[in-house]
Amino acid sequence: MDPVISFTDVSKAFGETHALDRVRLTVGQGEFVALVGPSGCGKSTVLRLGSGLIQPSSGAIERSYGNIGYIFQEPTLMPWRTVEQNVRFLGELEGMSRRESRRRADEVLALVGLEEFDGHYPITLSGGMKMRTSIARSLLLDPDLFLFDEPFGALDQISRARLNEELTSLFADRRFGVLFVTHSVDEAVYLSSRLLVMSKRPGRIAAEFEIPYGFPRDPSIRYEPDFAVLAGEVAAALGKAS
Amino acid sequence: MSGGNGGPAREAAPGGAPSAGGRIGSVLRVAAPPTLVAVLIILLWYGVTYLVLEPDRRFLLPPPHGVLQQGFLDREVLGEILGGLYQTTVVSVLGLAIAFAIGFSMALVMSQAKWIERSLYPWAVVSQTVPILALVPLLGFWFGFGLMSRVTVCVIISLFPIVINSLTGLHSVEPKLHDLLTLHNAGRWTRALKLQIPAARPLIFTGLRTSAGLSVIGAIVGDFFFGRGRPGIGILLDRYSRRLRSEELLAAVIVACLLGVAAFWIFGVIGRRAVGHWDPSWADERQKR
Repeated sequence: MDPVISFTDVSKAFGETHALDRVRLTVGQGEFVALVGPSGCGKSTVLRLGSGLIQPSSGAIERSYGNIGYIFQEPTLMPWRTVEQNVRFLGELEGMSRRESRRRADEVLALVGLEEFDGHYPITLSGGMKMRTSIARSLLLDPDLFLFDEPFGALDQISRARLNEELTSLFADRRFGVLFVTHSVDEAVYLSSRLLVMSKRPGRIAAEFEIPYGFPRDPSIRYEPDFAVLAGEVAAALGKAS
Repeated sequence: MSGGNGGPAREAAPGGAPSAGGRIGSVLRVAAPPTLVAVLIILLWYGVTYLVLEPDRRFLLPPPHGVLQQGFLDREVLGEILGGLYQTTVVSVLGLAIAFAIGFSMALVMSQAKWIERSLYPWAVVSQTVPILALVPLLGFWFGFGLMSRVTVCVIISLFPIVINSLTGLHSVEPKLHDLLTLHNAGRWTRALKLQIPAARPLIFTGLRTSAGLSVIGAIVGDFFFGRGRPGIGILLDRYSRRLRSEELLAAVIVACLLGVAAFWIFGVIGRRAVGHWDPSWADERQKR
């Protein structure tokens, strides 16, 4: 499994604040890595570093992805653009032809189940639909690496569970690399193939778990005893780390 | 901008019922209260004219029907007032257009770097605090006592709201959207054209609406100082009051007020049309209820 991104002893300080301490992690092509940790431990900083939005204070980050998809906590849509126009936005930035971007937009909108809503403005959509639009926007460029920054935290439980399922089937289909930050242990175990636990600030990788379930993933595994045991172990590691 | 009117928000909006009865009802709800106030004002006006003022002082406030007869139904006077209205409109439209070109460009430049914003902001404030009266001799000196100077007064008066609202609008973009553009290596121009300017539109229209009213005031005030050339409403106001022609004076005042209201209203309509389908502050009134 070729790594799409790897951190070697990456530290980051903001002024006097030591945010990350010698973080080592890799995300392989077709690997779903979840990152859990106490709030304020620098999880989002890991993503900002990974995307190149900020630079590490020391250590090295190696990237070998073509395109990157970055899903923020908020859907971060442009309210003046319709769903379709939002989804085609990155195509405009990257110089994709109109025909190609229209074709791809139709495809990814169908993938996230919003083909009927292409002409709607974000103000008329529910939180879950906005998040789907945001994911579709990144899918347009067919990224090799997806970064998620607690994307479903603001959604109600039902929408959240549905988006979890949709994401695993999308992942099973596309097999990009994923680095998924969340503070929900349950969500992390359910989604990932590998799970990293971060310590409190300065953030380090404190524990690592292999998740034994394959993809596509059956939602019913959430209610199996093994799943509960695994989630319990992760929660214990998280408790120790914070 | 297709499909803007088909959103579920509009369909679900109570009070936006498509039935004819509902529409008449909602027009009545909107129009009836201010109409009632207008009727009360006219009654009060008659009361002051006939009950408060003695006959020999009645020229101070002639009755409404007198204003109607001598101000609006007299062909010659009406022609004079409409000519003034046209002149004043031309001056305020020119002034507003120039103020927008200058103000928006200033805001755009200021939004590009903190140090530019810090350098220009105080001067935008100065433009608002400058006493026009103090500038009168200077403006006359430079631009003459006609159209050019009147337009300049409009520009000075209406510049500030455009600068401030545009600047706030350009800064109103969600930081994460900036991150998204950074991730895809967008340059300054792309950022301005695809992100900042579209996001700023609701506030740009807010600024234009305020400044449109101010520009009308500027045109009328400018008339008083720079009266050469074809007369605007301000010149007529001055002329009628000097000659104690109070019917004509009140007619001109009413027309001036209507011009201000029209300026405000037109930009309200344009703003609602342009951004009302996505910006809650500009959304149709009926949608909000």
